[in-house]
Amino acid sequence: MHAIALDSKYGVPTVAIHTNAFEKAVQSVTRMHGMAEARYTFVPQPVMGKTAEQLRAYVDGKSPISGRPVMQEVIEGLTRPAEGDRIKEVKFERSTPRLVDSDTDENLHRSFLDNNWTDTLPIVLPTEKRVSEMLAHTSRKPDEVAGHMRSNQFRQHWEFTVEKIAVNAVMAGARPEYFPVILALASSGVSARGSTTSSMAAMVVVNGPIRDEIEMNSGTGAMAPYNHANATIGRAYGLLSQNLQGGSLPGDSYMGSQGNGLAYGSVTFAENEERSPWAPFHVRHGFKPTDSTVSIFTGCRSTAFTLGVREKYWREHVRSMLRGMDAHSAPTFLLDPIAARQFIDRGGFDTKEKMIEWVYENALMPAGEYWDYQLIQNYIYPRATFGEEPYASKLKAAPDEMVHMFKPEEIHIVVVGGETNGYWRIMGCNYQKTVSVDAWR
Amino acid sequence: MADGTIGTHLSVLNPVGFPPKITPKAMAPRLESLDGKTIYLVDPRFDDSGLFLRQVENWFAEHMPSVKTKLVEMSSVYTKDDPKTWEMIKANGDGAIIGVGH
Repeated sequence: MHAIALDSKYGVPTVAIHTNAFEKAVQSVTRMHGMAEARYTFVPQPVMGKTAEQLRAYVDGKSPISGRPVMQEVIEGLTRPAEGDRIKEVKFERSTPRLVDSDTDENLHRSFLDNNWTDTLPIVLPTEKRVSEMLAHTSRKPDEVAGHMRSNQFRQHWEFTVEKIAVNAVMAGARPEYFPVILALASSGVSARGSTTSSMAAMVVVNGPIRDEIEMNSGTGAMAPYNHANATIGRAYGLLSQNLQGGSLPGDSYMGSQGNGLAYGSVTFAENEERSPWAPFHVRHGFKPTDSTVSIFTGCRSTAFTLGVREKYWREHVRSMLRGMDAHSAPTFLLDPIAARQFIDRGGFDTKEKMIEWVYENALMPAGEYWDYQLIQNYIYPRATFGEEPYASKLKAAPDEMVHMFKPEEIHIVVVGGETNGYWRIMGCNYQKTVSVDAWR
Repeated sequence: MADGTIGTHLSVLNPVGFPPKITPKAMAPRLESLDGKTIYLVDPRFDDSGLFLRQVENWFAEHMPSVKTKLVEMSSVYTKDDPKTWEMIKANGDGAIIGVGH
């Protein structure tokens, strides 16, 4: 995308070099940005970790896509005039029809699957009647624009209406009374089908009275597939994300190398406010306890878990768990109420803020080790070298000096579980935002 | 099974959102030749991309020594736009190579 901007906006002839794993994604992005003639070539995947000699062989070698010498394509890309023919590939006026061509039940199920409109599991077909019943549970009009979404920063936003969200909610098997929660999730603009090679999933925490109104589970098995509202709201979030952002197709608009099983249900649950010793999550983010909200996290790749908070070595145990996390995704503590109360007993954390401060002070790593992580090199190091704090100060630390892994504002705590035991876990994920459900009733 | 109408045709809604209108962008005029030109090698600072561009720089030095290459890093992470760097390249360069990126 930078090459497109530099070329078309700044008038500098530019060639982009990508790895061959991104062939379809590059073609898709350049078309969607209106520059089907963009100049690019490919080298083998991966570049990361290769020696200078191996990288030189890439440069001297041929594109694994075209079979032509890489540097020949680079030089031609800078010197060969525009042809004007590939621009015809761009469709300038497109619209999505409201209805699918009518067909039999069996054929429609096959069609939805073949069009990559599902998560490959069976869906409920969105008939007019079902969609209408879903729409009856919001005061918003069906044709109201409810938001915009895209799968990553390099793609353009797509737009969607309340009705489009209802269609996806029906497909997920959600009951109409869940619809305001699903609308709130869609309106966030945060995709549960983000296209990142790191294979993200989303996590959704519901707070406030809506939890009981739609019988969500915050207790035993809350994060498991045992509650209809939890399960179908999470599934709806995934389906609406992929369909309303313009797709989520591996190799094209989804580049997660390994994938993430948590993406099936987007780890959707209610906080156990009644058994929590602390203020609810949404209250820390500016809402009243009587407000109903959804809070969205993304990442959900790394996790650590244990049982209880032991008297003698609990500090060491927590530090070890934090050290084992991905240093680029901040920790969100998911605590059974038993574990939450144990943290108060052991550490005196009578507020979430006090525990977060302790976690911040104890999530430490030698600077040399921290800066050598590839994710830190990719996403933090560049910001540090250009003066962004606190990273710039951290960069000045000696290799063996201990540095903070995370910022305090990145660390979160949610209480969930049914007190069958004091298990708890850390989810490596990034808090995105909290959205009002009441606004979508 | 939907609405109890197996075997008959059903009318269902399309779940796909509305795509953005695509605005075509014109490419910058290409160079007649690279001889004597300044080509910026732009490092997006992703997955050892700078190490790769060093080899591109070496290739030009060996095969097209008349081309002046300048290796520059983007100002921040690759996900952010970098108008300051683009303006600098526009003012001082004739062309650019960006790699290796997503």
